[in-house]
Amino acid sequence: MNKNLPLVLLVLAVVWVACTLAPSAASGPFDLAEFGRLPILADGRIKPLDTIARTGLLMLQGRQRVVAPDGRQLTPDAWLLDVFFRPEAADADSVFRIDNSEVLTLFNLTRSDGVGGVRFSFNQLQAGLDELDRQGRLAEPIDNAARTAFQRGVIELREHIGYYDRLKFSLEPPDSADFDADLSDAGRLAAEHAAFTTMDTLSSLRVIPPAAASVNPGDWESVGHSMLSAAAPAEVDPHVRLYALLGHAWRNSQPDVFAATLHGYREELLRRFPAALRRSDAEAFFNRAQPFITSLFLYVTAFLLAVISWLVWPEALGRAAFWLMGLAFAVATAGILDRMWIEGRPPVTNLYSSALFIGWGSVGLCLILEKLHRNAVASAAGSLIGFGTLVIAHHLSLSGDTMEMMRAVLDSNFWLSTHVVTVTTGYASTFLAGFLAIIYLVRGIFTRSLDGRTADALARMVYGIVCFATLFSFVGTMLGGIWADQSWGRFWGWDPKENGALLIVIWNAVILHCRWGGLVRQRGLMALAVFGNVVTAWSWFGTNMLGVGLHSYGFTDAAFNGLVIFVASQLLPIGLAAVPRSKWRSPASAGGAA
Amino acid sequence: MTPAIPTAPAKPEPSAAAPRPARRSLLRSLGIGLASLRLTVTLLILSLVMIFTATLDQVHLGVWGVQQKYFHAFFVMAKLPGTDLSLPVFPGGYVLGLALLANLITAHVWRFRLSWKKSGIWLTHFGLILLLIGEGLSGLLQRDGQVRLDVGQTRRYVESFRENELAVSDVTDAAFDQVVAIPVERLLGQATIQHPKLPFTLKPIAYFPNATLHPRSQMTNPPPAVATMGDGTDLIAESAPITYKPDESNWPTAYVELTGPEGTLGIWLVSAILEEPQGFIYQGRTWQLALRARRDYVPFTLTLGKFTHDIYPGTDIPKNFASTIQLHGDDGRIDRSVLISMNNPLRTGGYAFYQAGYANNDRTSVLEAVRNPSWLIPYWSCALIVLGLVLQFGLSLSGFFRKRAAAVRSVPSSP
Repeated sequence: MNKNLPLVLLVLAVVWVACTLAPSAASGPFDLAEFGRLPILADGRIKPLDTIARTGLLMLQGRQRVVAPDGRQLTPDAWLLDVFFRPEAADADSVFRIDNSEVLTLFNLTRSDGVGGVRFSFNQLQAGLDELDRQGRLAEPIDNAARTAFQRGVIELREHIGYYDRLKFSLEPPDSADFDADLSDAGRLAAEHAAFTTMDTLSSLRVIPPAAASVNPGDWESVGHSMLSAAAPAEVDPHVRLYALLGHAWRNSQPDVFAATLHGYREELLRRFPAALRRSDAEAFFNRAQPFITSLFLYVTAFLLAVISWLVWPEALGRAAFWLMGLAFAVATAGILDRMWIEGRPPVTNLYSSALFIGWGSVGLCLILEKLHRNAVASAAGSLIGFGTLVIAHHLSLSGDTMEMMRAVLDSNFWLSTHVVTVTTGYASTFLAGFLAIIYLVRGIFTRSLDGRTADALARMVYGIVCFATLFSFVGTMLGGIWADQSWGRFWGWDPKENGALLIVIWNAVILHCRWGGLVRQRGLMALAVFGNVVTAWSWFGTNMLGVGLHSYGFTDAAFNGLVIFVASQLLPIGLAAVPRSKWRSPASAGGAA
Repeated sequence: MTPAIPTAPAKPEPSAAAPRPARRSLLRSLGIGLASLRLTVTLLILSLVMIFTATLDQVHLGVWGVQQKYFHAFFVMAKLPGTDLSLPVFPGGYVLGLALLANLITAHVWRFRLSWKKSGIWLTHFGLILLLIGEGLSGLLQRDGQVRLDVGQTRRYVESFRENELAVSDVTDAAFDQVVAIPVERLLGQATIQHPKLPFTLKPIAYFPNATLHPRSQMTNPPPAVATMGDGTDLIAESAPITYKPDESNWPTAYVELTGPEGTLGIWLVSAILEEPQGFIYQGRTWQLALRARRDYVPFTLTLGKFTHDIYPGTDIPKNFASTIQLHGDDGRIDRSVLISMNNPLRTGGYAFYQAGYANNDRTSVLEAVRNPSWLIPYWSCALIVLGLVLQFGLSLSGFFRKRAAAVRSVPSSP
């Protein structure tokens, strides 16, 4: 049995991955997935409505799942349809996450009023919105860094309410009982003119495709904008009617009308915008498959298997861990490639994608290391880093669309792909060396499993990875200098992010020189490598928290706390390295004598 | 089989080898000290601490302030609390850079032998030496400024970002102006300034590196005006602290007294805040006074033909800025149209012009101009270092695989 175990586990995992890719069974009579695939223009790019629904929900409440007041589970697309066409129903869904208790007092609410103590509905908040707005205006002029938790909470909730309001004004005037009928009534159209003006200014969703054969994405229009130029029913854009008809069908439970309308529209889109449709379909598929979540679970399993393999069944469990990590890596690779294709960009474009790529690079290196050494150490380190970076990526995705457009100064595929990818590989390998070192220290001090052979193999791995990290972090940093010289005339400007990258290079150089100079042996090497994690974490996140320089992207309290906790967690193994070798549970070997 | 692991240093440090202190000359011990890896590691760690502290300090001082305080300084100075006494508290960029340079060079002279195995290290370190020298040269030689152009406007000078000058211009002749530019640093002293091209002398009465101007009419109990002539007779200059914030500017301001052979001509208030030069007539010639950003004249003219500013549809995220510039050389040899856009600068006459920004509802294009004769050095040094690192690590990697192959051959049953 134990011989076939790796194969059995791998087959099970592959079947599970295949299940996540299969189209989900329809949860009701309406073809929601088809609606979610409709392309629109928002935030400067064509994307499916499904992305709007999911990023919107992630931003408002930190998760994609919605539970209606009657206990039904809503898909993100169903929620979005409610927001568009049945706002009175959407207002009852608890989709506003409020973590700060002081903010709740503005609405005379307590934790017990919310779903899970943190999620509240628009209806619950409505009475206090004026006070929220007043508090928001009081907090606005204060520098973000100087705001209290309450003020930040107020600003955030106010933005979320604003976002939700804008969504409601996207397709129909919220006060209209039946917009589909209004469109054929000249009197109603005239009466709603003011509402169209509001919709035009508020909504950022441009759902109406260009009229003629225009392929310029700038010609997509919002419903409000389109309606401003339609004085009579005859002048209404057919696509406005189409969305109104969808709304009518949704409200009145007519799945057949809904499906037929969608079908007709897709035929038109397929004829006129085949490329845009392909991409938005791919993105909707990507959204639903959630390859990074799949990969995250596989990494956890691989990590557990690798650690257990040090205690029992080293051969079988070690191989199973290696294979599962390989599968997780393959899924993550597919996800990254899919993103690259949708965006038409190199893999790293923002902090979110850097997290994906750091994990990917580390795991890739670990697959090679594990192939060479076969002691499940690289599998453990790789799956741990893979898991950690995906968790970080998930938290970064809560701030909105992760495929945002690039600002002009960054809009260069050549430099993005060379500088950013190389420097991110440098980050990844520095982390990897640090995590391998932690495994060395923990296993050596607390278990008897670190025999001389494993210790030496680990020392070689860490040394090799530090060399690799030195090369890549240096090349990446210098390519950044060259990019800066090409774009704004200075090779080096001592910007925080530049300094951060330089710190990684210097620290790796310190490790190498200490080792070459005989200033440290195995134990010291490990302690230095763990500190590399601290330096890299600072460079990756800490520098963005200063709020100065060209690379600052803004940050959250949670990220700051996370950084502090991470640094503390790294200082612990460094302290452990000070325990003399003779006190370790693993016996000292010839190579690790110091 | 357990392969021998080179965890011990491949080559022991000279200081660790059996020393013979009695016969060691001073030069020799100095050499050993300077060449030691301990010193390298110490210097690297000191640089690490300095860079980290400087990064944190950017929140208060801004990028430029930090460069002056940490990187382009021999020592980081700090005020003794409660006094005005500045003391060096940490080595600055110059000291650390020079020490690293000395350490590297001595190490190579003292310790390293030319060998194929060491070629990677040689190349890397040589590139590093070049990089340090290049950064030092950039600090000394680089000048940067900007050119602001409205559509249709022509400029033949670069305005400095931070340096200012007091321009005294004779504009009587319609065909040309004759300008005497006085660096504002000369206004710091109280010494009278005399120039052969000027029929009067200038005496600085007061100089403020940064100031605000208040109209006397809007002040309650205004103090008497210092200026007796020009636009400043109804203004009071108030000194302001120097700002380092990236989105704020310093406004140097001064009172200067002009004196001819027959006596004083009056006191003028000059300030970078006042956009228009102040004119006056003396001995039948028309003169203008202006305190302005220092101008470096270039041997060509730049004319802005068109400026475009694209955004992503439905957002205000900038997608691209581009300026179409007509470039005309004074020698008549250059006359062409160039497009300057993001990541696509124009290099000419020792200058590089970058698209930096825009103003005035997209009617004004702002170009950044940088002159750095040593700009190519980092490119060369990076190429050398990369080559060196690849060689070095490639050699150790191939060594590792050779050993591993040998180990696998000798123990075929090993997993």
